[in-house]
Amino acid sequence: MLIPNEMPDELSINCPRCKKALSPDELVIRLQICPYCRHHFKMSARQRIHMIADPGSFVEADTDLEPRNILGFPGYDKKLKAAQLQSGERDSVVSGECTIGKLPMGLFIMEPNFMMGSMGRVAGEKITRTFERATKKNIPVIGFALSGGARMQEGIISLMQMAKTSGAVKKHSDAGNLYVCVLTDPTTGGVTASFAMEADIILAEPGALIGFAGPRVIEQTIRKSLPAGFQRAEFQLEHGFTDNIVNRRHQRKYLFQLLQFHRQQSYDKGASV
Amino acid sequence: MKAYEKVVAARANNRFTALDLIGSVFAHFMEMHGDRRFGDDKAIVAGIAYLNTTPVTVIGIEKGHDVKERSMRNFGSAHPEGYRKALRQMKLAEKFNRPIICFVDTSGAYCGIGAEERGQGQAIAENLVEMSGLKTPVISVIIGEGGSGGALALSVANEVWMLENAIYSVISPEGCASILWKDSTKAREASECLKLTAEDLLTLGVIEKIIPEGIDAGNAALIDTLKNELADAVKKYSAMSRDELVEHRYNRFRNIGQI
Ligand SMILES: [Zn+2]
Repeated sequence: MLIPNEMPDELSINCPRCKKALSPDELVIRLQICPYCRHHFKMSARQRIHMIADPGSFVEADTDLEPRNILGFPGYDKKLKAAQLQSGERDSVVSGECTIGKLPMGLFIMEPNFMMGSMGRVAGEKITRTFERATKKNIPVIGFALSGGARMQEGIISLMQMAKTSGAVKKHSDAGNLYVCVLTDPTTGGVTASFAMEADIILAEPGALIGFAGPRVIEQTIRKSLPAGFQRAEFQLEHGFTDNIVNRRHQRKYLFQLLQFHRQQSYDKGASV
Repeated sequence: MKAYEKVVAARANNRFTALDLIGSVFAHFMEMHGDRRFGDDKAIVAGIAYLNTTPVTVIGIEKGHDVKERSMRNFGSAHPEGYRKALRQMKLAEKFNRPIICFVDTSGAYCGIGAEERGQGQAIAENLVEMSGLKTPVISVIIGEGGSGGALALSVANEVWMLENAIYSVISPEGCASILWKDSTKAREASECLKLTAEDLLTLGVIEKIIPEGIDAGNAALIDTLKNELADAVKKYSAMSRDELVEHRYNRFRNIGQI
């Protein structure tokens, strides 16, 4: 018999870090952070929008962009369908515009449940358009990076997204606009080697894996195991590659304060949303 | 040739390297060293040379020939300081209005502890951003292997060409096969799926030109073609204004694989 308020084992989630049993609904309330050890679980793009944007302010863009199997890569169609079912998204990026404390900005967020945020043509296009729109309107861009890397199934076209997004970041930056990127677990490969590392201010979530090569590839190359904490957010802070580590709980306020600091440079130039 | 035969040809030990081509295509190559931050990465060579009578900045990824040279060059896999050295030379080229020519030949950026500690991802990212804004002509030629981000970091150009037997890919065929079929020996099949040959990439609109390699021993025909094509391209792009060059490069990448 089930005792009220007691969680059956099958429904609990074990924290990968401290191994304690947690209830999924409690995790939702706590922004997917383990109450015992502050491990940050993966968070869907939609949950993040709730977490940082003014309620009801998010206007999604480019919802019509649909991924296609451009190279005729074996098994890719099936993989896309499964990823769409699993995530409820058409591809790995959700983008648009929203406000934080009434300050407008372009926003893109990568989705862990869609092929671990892998970057193909649609993801690259959405991010590029986010920067292009923000450049026109003179508004900042805030991005949440999460990616296993380039999408192998789109071959060279996925590699080209790195150059395309970088060009758009450059134009936005040259026009004097602010770009903040939050690196979340994991941020690796072609995303690290392009727009994720190109922000004016780079933030990271606690414990996030951030690097160019994945740890397994490095271990295979050097034939040694890696030290604990290698490539984690704290390591990147230590080595000078992020400005700060910001717990999810404080992100909305932190981002708002950054937007405030850059208000004169950006919004007072006649921004409109 | 099938895709996998091209992979084998592009990687062949007896294939010409960047320095071989630089020595024959350009005159008076003067190599410059160091990134002014950490060190001098020998996987990347950079300097100034003459293309006929025009001073140009030349950057190459060098694999080396014999075992000793290859290990000194880290088999053509650059560390962050290599990409930063290249960028330093590119910024100088911009300052002095020199066209930039890159010869790319790498299995990829190096994956190791030092490379990560010094920001491999950040170094490549910075090259992508800065190259997209260079106010001078940039031509990149994939001469052997064009391995992923490590190759792209020298290929944000106004035109990208490939030699006939070169390959250019987001992942190595072995890496692709081991992810896809958990079997890295199926590289032959993966090579076909990835569309990594010069012909495939021309069809996909990712490159502008294929340079035939010929079969003569000294590669005389190849060097001749390369020299003439580069001279024509330098002439063509030098006629553009500094802002037009940047806009041209932006649109080039903006339109690849257009949705
Ligand atoms: Zn925990």
